[in-house]
Amino acid sequence: MSPVIQVSNLSKAYRIGKKLERADSLVGLLRDTLTAPLRNFRMMRHPASAESERDKELHWALRDVSFDLQQGEVLGVIGRNGAGKSTLLKILSRISEPTSGEVKITGRVASLLEVGTGFHPELTGRENVYLNGTILGMRKKEIDRKFDEIAEFSGVEKFLDTAVKRYSSGMKVRLAFAVAAHLDPEILIIDEVLAVGDASFQKRCIERMLEISREGRTILFVSHNIDLVDRLCNRAIVLRGGGLEFKGNVHDAIAYYMAEDAQQGTVRDLTSHVRSGDGRARFVQVEIQNAEGQPCDFFSIGETVRVVMTLDVNFELMDVGIAVILSSASGNRVVTSWNREADTSFHFDQGQHRIYCEFEDLKLRPGHELWVSLWMEDTGSVVDHVESVTEIRSRAHDEASRKLSTDRAQGVIALNQRWGLDRRNPSTTKNIGVSI
Amino acid sequence: MSRAPIPYVGHLQERSPRTLENGIPFAGGNLHSVSKMNAKIGMLIQKQEPGAKLPHETLIRRTEGWQLINLSELYRYRDLLWFLTWKNVKVLYAQSVIGIGWAVLQPLLSMLVFTIVFGKFAKMESDGVPYALFSFCALVPWAYFSNSLLETGNSLVAQADMLSKVYFPRLVLPLSAILAKLVDLGIALVVLAGMMLWYQRSPTLGIVVLPLLVVIMMMTAGGLGMILTSLAIQYRDVKHAMNFLVQLLMYAAPVVYPASFVPEWLQPYYALNPMVGVIEGFRAALLGTRPMPWDWILTGLLIAIVVFLIGLLQFRSQERIFADVA
Repeated sequence: MSPVIQVSNLSKAYRIGKKLERADSLVGLLRDTLTAPLRNFRMMRHPASAESERDKELHWALRDVSFDLQQGEVLGVIGRNGAGKSTLLKILSRISEPTSGEVKITGRVASLLEVGTGFHPELTGRENVYLNGTILGMRKKEIDRKFDEIAEFSGVEKFLDTAVKRYSSGMKVRLAFAVAAHLDPEILIIDEVLAVGDASFQKRCIERMLEISREGRTILFVSHNIDLVDRLCNRAIVLRGGGLEFKGNVHDAIAYYMAEDAQQGTVRDLTSHVRSGDGRARFVQVEIQNAEGQPCDFFSIGETVRVVMTLDVNFELMDVGIAVILSSASGNRVVTSWNREADTSFHFDQGQHRIYCEFEDLKLRPGHELWVSLWMEDTGSVVDHVESVTEIRSRAHDEASRKLSTDRAQGVIALNQRWGLDRRNPSTTKNIGVSI
Repeated sequence: MSRAPIPYVGHLQERSPRTLENGIPFAGGNLHSVSKMNAKIGMLIQKQEPGAKLPHETLIRRTEGWQLINLSELYRYRDLLWFLTWKNVKVLYAQSVIGIGWAVLQPLLSMLVFTIVFGKFAKMESDGVPYALFSFCALVPWAYFSNSLLETGNSLVAQADMLSKVYFPRLVLPLSAILAKLVDLGIALVVLAGMMLWYQRSPTLGIVVLPLLVVIMMMTAGGLGMILTSLAIQYRDVKHAMNFLVQLLMYAAPVVYPASFVPEWLQPYYALNPMVGVIEGFRAALLGTRPMPWDWILTGLLIAIVVFLIGLLQFRSQERIFADVA
């Protein structure tokens, strides 16, 4: 059977760099046009430097990517930030044009890069369903036919004739996703949109995706969330720096992705990192390790995390205060841990020193990360401060942790929990408890 | 890749033939998507079983040069065009207390000011009708033209986030802007009718020309708006220039003064502005101030068609970078 999507040597370049940056105002355009002869003259006189200049100013978001997608496959696309996943999606969705290469698609494609595109607060829920549906490519008749199902899936049937500005954000998301869930394309391209709503809604969305794939439709799924990719996809490709690094079944791809990360990711050289402080000592290296002292990037709930810091001390420091600060992706500070709080004091003479901070029983929700910042002070003045130097990432490792919602809005922390009926009311119903 | 020959509207065109892997020749190349017609030809040659659903094929590659207008795709998205237009209309009215009133207040207030300044102080000629009616009759079409020009010019910028998130034929954005403003025009015409009743003037038979005049306005505003919006999404200062430009343009049309004001020898060039024919046409039809200026209307129509086509082509050729610069 011939593949439904055939990507051949796809490349996309953006121009960056001051010299050839496109003017973004008419005045700038005029100026550029007038000075063009001058620039060309300079380039002619120094052709060698011009070439390398021009190369440096091209950023290849995608470089020679080729792969096939067969009918009925669920293909995951994983990679770090900046690997080119969004660019690939945009090209496959015909939003951006490739610089070279081509894509051949057989069948109708629907792209979901965002939920609720086109939603306007002044329109009612019903009107927004039609607007959003037609933006996604449905016909009015199709929406008419499916309207009741969409209304029911969303759970906001009663409010469909009220303006959406009165909805809570959860309601908006559910309505938007209900529309998206009733797209009937042959090929579905999805970006991170599944990571919305509470755990039960997420479950419904994932079930719907599985239904779609069981019906024999093809899905291309892009995500940061290794867990979701694992659950949904049967094959995956790994992108890095715009290039395709791995193509194969999903478990192998994930293993490849994590291995490559662990190799180069965990030890971070901080010598050229932006910093503040008087500099009597500096953080020069940071590494994230597991309890056994091995470099590790992904942790599971309940594991121990070690933050190992290497310091270059220029002036002797007595009784320094060192803090490891953990912040969520949205910038909220979640944890600050001071050495003094653990009754450990440090005295450093000149030279290099290695210290660690160990956190037991990590409570990070799977699919989330905590950014690590480091702070050093001495009697009230800041000696060194570097922000967001590395991350601690979490993924689910067993059935129980897989039940946790990975939605970014649910908060970074997942505490141990148990639920049940309050004993003070002895009724005939069972006592249900869920513990993580 | 060579530039396409001068394009025409339609979706079959001559290209060097490329073959599908099963050996069926088809005309492909620089199109965004292979039209159903090509696929049907392939079907005839291939002898598929009756009733087999023909797969829709899309080829994505870099395009260069002028692009055709993909009418079949636009037709497929006609529901989107309807709902976007509906949204434009509803949002404008829902957002302000005087929502619907704005369509009327704008020309009314302008008319008041002009009547005082030009009518009373400057004692401007008004072709034998009260100045208030004279200027209001011109302000109604002018308001449609200037508002839809600005709205169309802003259409891409206003929906920039949609551009980078979902694919749809970008043309629906400027088109829905031109269509949405027709509602304003309708309301203003009702008020104009009221005014005519007040001044006890009845329209002439020329009233049948009004739809043509509206079409001329739509095409001119549409064409210019599309050029402007494809510039506005790339260059930030276009937005400011647009407002200013439109204000000045008002004086290039016989809104506050009659066309007879313009010296005879200049009039043919003056009439190159389609709004000249439209506005004097409105006055001739509704107020009978002069015979229907057929020559100006014809010139206006031709210019409007040219402007519209240029706008469409310019828009389509720039379309490929909208998502990248938005």
